[in-house]
Amino acid sequence: MEQTDLMVINGNELPFEPGETILDVARRGHIDIPTLCHLKGTTPTGACRICVVEVKGARTLLPACSTPAAPNMVVRTESPEVVTSRKEILRLMLSSGNHNCAVRGRDDSDWTAFQLGVEKDDGSDALCPVWGDCRLQDLAYRYQVTGEGFQGTPARYPMETANPFIVRDFSRCILCGRCIQACNEVQVNNAISFGYRGAATKIIAAGDRSLKDSDCVFCGECVQVCPVGALVEKDARYQVRPWETQKVRTTCSYCGVGCQLYLHTRDNRVVKVTGVEDEAPNYGSLCVKGRFGFTFIGSEERLTDPLIKENGAFRKASWDEAIGLVAEKLKTIRDEHGGDSIGVLTSARITNEENYIAHKFTRAVLKTNNIDHCARL
Amino acid sequence: MTNSIADIEEADVILVTGSNTTENHPVISAFVKRAVTRRGGKLIVVDPRRIKLTEFAEQWLRPNLGTDVAWINGMMHVIIKEDLHAKTFIEERTEKFDELKAMVEKYTPAHVESITGIPARQLMEAARLYAKAPAASILYCMGITQHTTGTDNVKSLANLAMLCGNLGIRGGGVNPLRGQNNVQGACDLGGLPNVLTGYQTVDNLDAIKKLERVWNVTGLPTKPGLKVTEMLPKAHSGELKALYITGENPLVSDPDLNHAEKCLENLEFFVVQDIFLTETAQMADVVLPAKCFAEKDGTFSNTERRVQRVRKAVDPPGSAKDDWKIMCEIATRMGYAMSYKESEIIFDELAGLTPSYAGISYPRIEHEGLHWPCPTPEHPGTPILHGAQFTRGRGLFHAIDWIAPAEVADDDYPMYLTTGRVLYHYHTGTMTMKTDGLNERAPESFVEITRGDAQGIGIDDGDRVTVTSRRGEIQARIRISRKAVDGTVFIPFHFAQAAANRLTNAALDPIAGIPEFKVCAVKLSKGA
Repeated sequence: MEQTDLMVINGNELPFEPGETILDVARRGHIDIPTLCHLKGTTPTGACRICVVEVKGARTLLPACSTPAAPNMVVRTESPEVVTSRKEILRLMLSSGNHNCAVRGRDDSDWTAFQLGVEKDDGSDALCPVWGDCRLQDLAYRYQVTGEGFQGTPARYPMETANPFIVRDFSRCILCGRCIQACNEVQVNNAISFGYRGAATKIIAAGDRSLKDSDCVFCGECVQVCPVGALVEKDARYQVRPWETQKVRTTCSYCGVGCQLYLHTRDNRVVKVTGVEDEAPNYGSLCVKGRFGFTFIGSEERLTDPLIKENGAFRKASWDEAIGLVAEKLKTIRDEHGGDSIGVLTSARITNEENYIAHKFTRAVLKTNNIDHCARL
Repeated sequence: MTNSIADIEEADVILVTGSNTTENHPVISAFVKRAVTRRGGKLIVVDPRRIKLTEFAEQWLRPNLGTDVAWINGMMHVIIKEDLHAKTFIEERTEKFDELKAMVEKYTPAHVESITGIPARQLMEAARLYAKAPAASILYCMGITQHTTGTDNVKSLANLAMLCGNLGIRGGGVNPLRGQNNVQGACDLGGLPNVLTGYQTVDNLDAIKKLERVWNVTGLPTKPGLKVTEMLPKAHSGELKALYITGENPLVSDPDLNHAEKCLENLEFFVVQDIFLTETAQMADVVLPAKCFAEKDGTFSNTERRVQRVRKAVDPPGSAKDDWKIMCEIATRMGYAMSYKESEIIFDELAGLTPSYAGISYPRIEHEGLHWPCPTPEHPGTPILHGAQFTRGRGLFHAIDWIAPAEVADDDYPMYLTTGRVLYHYHTGTMTMKTDGLNERAPESFVEITRGDAQGIGIDDGDRVTVTSRRGEIQARIRISRKAVDGTVFIPFHFAQAAANRLTNAALDPIAGIPEFKVCAVKLSKGA
């Protein structure tokens, strides 16, 4: 019998396959190790070091996302040393940038000066646009950390709002690099990368141009994976708060890929779209149309009432009148000229159930096989 | 698709032809790009335009428009000549290989080069690459099908895949990428003139009997009906008196629009059911407002045959109704009672009449969709078709000779036109053009052309030109692009303002009835 390799995490003996990381093994064993930069399916970078764990015998803490599991390895994921290290990392992140989610500091005077600075950069007096939907904020609460004790650093780069879909707020970027992984390894659009060095490091597109002048195709994968408020949908920024919306899972209505997506709604309007992660066929990915092309749903130009043409112009009609007219005309034509004098174009845009009904209506009621749709066009 | 979307990433070699995947199926293109950049797969692109995917390709073959059968036969010629074909697979699972072999004999690389313009050496290398792969996937789209030889093109790709044993295996297959969210479902559930739900032919008396019993009707028609591309000419001649269109905008998407318009004008009664007052709806006698996908419950079937749930997120505007409900009300008013409480009940009825959907139900696809065929409630679905055998038993090779497109460039119309979509818009734009950001990225139509061709007629980037074919003319701006190939322009068909389909040729594939959108002859002149 093949011998299974085993390791120990927090006292639990867990099997693993060659090539798995400590993080893989822990997640499979339902042990939560916090991550920020880790993006499933991409090469681990170990950039943020929030996932560090204590490995017996190792001289330093090791990042769980990029350390391979080894036989008989003994790992502690929340030891005092680990927790101290995570708090330090979080404190540094919170102190650099406009993290005005009220975990920044408890000192009122410090907060006021800080918030005034953020308002200037932001052009808004609201709290962070992703308040309540931010992994950094979650971790700050979990480890009870504030940005206190460090001098806040001012935003080095101005916000980019020059494209129609995505706001890039460098003041909230923690340089975890998830967006780069998403762009280069998931969608493989290769539009963004790390630029400059040291404290000047920035996520750049095409030699530090704006997204609209780069290879960016606005799939928005970077927005979906951004763990903080650095990348936010332009239309949703400050307009849509997660606690005000409902989420409904459905299937995209554009091309035939059938991407699974969430429609986020508020007051009977779709206000944002995100991909359903970890589920086939798209595993969270969407394209620009699926993610941003939802305005038509609530468009003022939608048809709201039946229309009947009289003397070359449309007038509104009741359903009763419109259905009556269509039924009477189709019946007359069918009875006088036969069903084959009528054609039906069903649609590649409507549901299976509706196509079935169209096929039933055409064949059983109109008594013709003259039914087709736009598959050829 | 014979295989699943996720399967693409498992392929050792991927051949993409007639699909500008990054713009038309962006999420699928990511699977292709990842196969290359992260898994060491090799990509062959066969496309007249320098599409984005060519940057990821090991081999990019650039055929002349309308020469697909020739290069595919050429690849098969090389594969057979070099003894790279899958002899066991051919022996055990296919028939009429000898006829194919005899046909491709004359398609030597040199002969193919003279037809397609693909250098002989390149064709040979691509053929070897495809044939030597343990698993090779073929992806294609409308660049293959929208030709008068569309059926031939598809059969040729199937020949190629069978020749190398690339069917019924992971990472293999012949995979059409379907362009509309539920074009698969519309075909599956009887939205075609020659078949009933589940592809049961209209003269299949057993199927007819079953439908008659369940529907409680008699006298279902058994003669095949008209295809969309045949309906319009019949409207013109007066044989077709009424047309009922749901969710389609043929007055932008049909070929030879000027003629299509005349056909529709001739109808005695014309009903359009849609979410917007489209170009087509404006011509109707009655317009019925329908719900859009975000307002509906139901299912869509995607390009990999996966049946997935659609769920209502918002209420419809005004009094807009479900498309099925509208049709049921009309039927009822015509004396045949049709009424359902909700979409799930319709689904259960259709599953009972559609063998490939028989095992699918809403509870089973609550979390994740299932691939048909799924004949029983216990069946796990079929991500890969043709596993042990083909639907008809043995795979049939078709010996196919290349024939030229219906219209070729000449002195009067010296350039070729091909059409397609761009990333930022969808089909006739009725949906995408409501989003300002998408309009900002792609505001208007354009004529994509090479720098050399533009200079040849004395026009510059951004100039307005008139493009004329034998059927019509439009004005649009010139876009000089590295994507273009000399002698051919590309125009997206989204824009009603400069509708490419005023120019396109309505010549049809004799079997599929698909128009030759991808090839026609045009001329360009400066100014508008």
